[in-house]
Amino acid sequence: MKVLTGNDLPTGDVIWWTGNGWSRHIEDARDVADQGESIARAEEGARHVTGPYVIDATVTADGPRPAHIKDRVRALGPTVRPDLTLKPADPNAGSWVI
Amino acid sequence: MYKYDQYDQSIVDARVEEFRDQVKRRLAGQITEDQFKPLRLMNGLYLQLHAYMLRVAVPYGTLDGRQMRMLGHIARKYDRGYGHFTTRQNIQYNWIKLSEAPDILAELATVEMHAIQTSGNCIRNISSDQFAGAAADEVADPRVWAELLRQWSTFHPEFSYLPRKFKIAVIAADEDRAAMRLHDIGIQLVQRDGVLGGRIFVGGGMGRTPMIAPEIKDFITADDLLSYVEACLRVYNRYGRRDNIYKARIKILIHELGADEYRRQVEEEFVAVKALGLDPPKAEFDRITKMFAPPTFATFGPQADTAPNPAFDAWRAQNTVAHKQPGYAIVTISLKPTGGIPGDATADQIDLMADLAERFSFNELRVTHAQNIVLPHVAVSDLHDVWTALDAAGLAPANIDLISDIIACPGLDYCSLANARSIPVAQKIATRFADPERQRDLGELKLKISGCINACGHHHAGHIGILGVDKKGTENYQLLLGGSGAEDASLARITGPGFSEDGIVDAVETVTNVYLDKREAGERFLDTYRRLGMDPFKEALYG
Repeated sequence: MKVLTGNDLPTGDVIWWTGNGWSRHIEDARDVADQGESIARAEEGARHVTGPYVIDATVTADGPRPAHIKDRVRALGPTVRPDLTLKPADPNAGSWVI
Repeated sequence: MYKYDQYDQSIVDARVEEFRDQVKRRLAGQITEDQFKPLRLMNGLYLQLHAYMLRVAVPYGTLDGRQMRMLGHIARKYDRGYGHFTTRQNIQYNWIKLSEAPDILAELATVEMHAIQTSGNCIRNISSDQFAGAAADEVADPRVWAELLRQWSTFHPEFSYLPRKFKIAVIAADEDRAAMRLHDIGIQLVQRDGVLGGRIFVGGGMGRTPMIAPEIKDFITADDLLSYVEACLRVYNRYGRRDNIYKARIKILIHELGADEYRRQVEEEFVAVKALGLDPPKAEFDRITKMFAPPTFATFGPQADTAPNPAFDAWRAQNTVAHKQPGYAIVTISLKPTGGIPGDATADQIDLMADLAERFSFNELRVTHAQNIVLPHVAVSDLHDVWTALDAAGLAPANIDLISDIIACPGLDYCSLANARSIPVAQKIATRFADPERQRDLGELKLKISGCINACGHHHAGHIGILGVDKKGTENYQLLLGGSGAEDASLARITGPGFSEDGIVDAVETVTNVYLDKREAGERFLDTYRRLGMDPFKEALYG
């Protein structure tokens, strides 16, 4: 699947395209198929996102899993600071990245 | 320490308001990201893996307690309670909001700090010896010259759009504690026949094409130094390649021209520059020099030995060095606890270091390129009190220059350029070698880790270097041996095929075992490697 991601303009937070908006949780991301570039242009023009780009991801029972480790780190947070990730209560969250 | 005059303060204040307006226009959609990006980078604001990252300049690594406390305040108020001290003697914050960045810069300006020229193709923060003003072996305080260069390079109109970023280091001792020859320009202040001047090295650097700077001028008098540096930059600005980012650094120009031809062009340019009257008048030089006058040291009589305390004694032996003033010591605070993140400090720890500087070090601190903090002027009689306070805050690892005193870039945990994570590897190695006795037995061993070829973790200059790469989507780590950023500068060589994350920890242990087995009396790891060459290490690693 293809997933659209970028950063929230005022906060810089990593965000994912949900089909009708943006979420900070990759579990909410939806397949943009071949529409990623056009959605990105429109959303960037509306200042809903900065630096948008499309990535490859696989479909899993827990939601999309980015193909590249860099985007998995972006999706979770720094593996060396579990307390600062999106899943601070899950001690095994980092294994999803690796 | 240098104190801003009205000109310094006004240009920094004006820059804050200019950036506030730029951010406002960006958030209002009046300028695009393509238009805004170079503007935010000129103010040290990057967009990194998780958020905006702000890099704050610490000129030549020197700051006072008030400034340090401000860094803690920013970590607490605008970030997530911590900051990361870098190999450029700066500090970075990883979780900055664009909408708050102007307020941060305004707060920094109140303590004579900023983020100007911490990014972009300009002259970056001038780096220097972290022991400047305290070291017994210096011929002058290099910060006077670093400050002069800071003023000259700030908003220098001719050098604001260089072919590529440009880094300058100034030292004033034969012992190189600033990796001077791995800078675009390295200056070593020296005395010749009673005259102060500088040796000028140009064209060093790390990154994808590491080079040790050749000596371009064996002596330029202090009166001509600034003009000579300007001439070095002019030749680069004129002929440096702008067509290929990977060949744009000055080291490539000098490599392609040859040092002799580059030197000839600089000498020619110097004649033209010198006529412009760029070098500072004596009154201005004296004004700056006065601000770096040594503090008023006390005179101590014979001091009683303190009661033995193994932990304190180990820290004192490893983390302090002799001061030029009898009765004082230079303290290096390690930001490398076992299993910690190299260079990170919490807001509370930053506040504590500010307090200790004010109470025990004439209100001075230094950031080191090895990502530690220095209290440069501590009375020997105060060392136990300093250690006690540091120990209570987790800031007393006794490991300076030992294997766990690792330089590591932020790597893939934070950096959008990285190919692999650096910090977890540093944590695993430090944990593997956690036994203090084992570390001390290994002796001086500088281990440096980068998460990509840009080499922010200085892996080329590590006695042991590690480079993280992306191998078909998986993190892989190359091992390098034999580098040095010191006065015996050398570039590390790759041992062979890379290793997994756990494999690289084993590989480090393997090469240290070779060292322990083969070393001769008094040899450091680096010395043994240089005597034996790569073969015995490769044999142990790969069979």
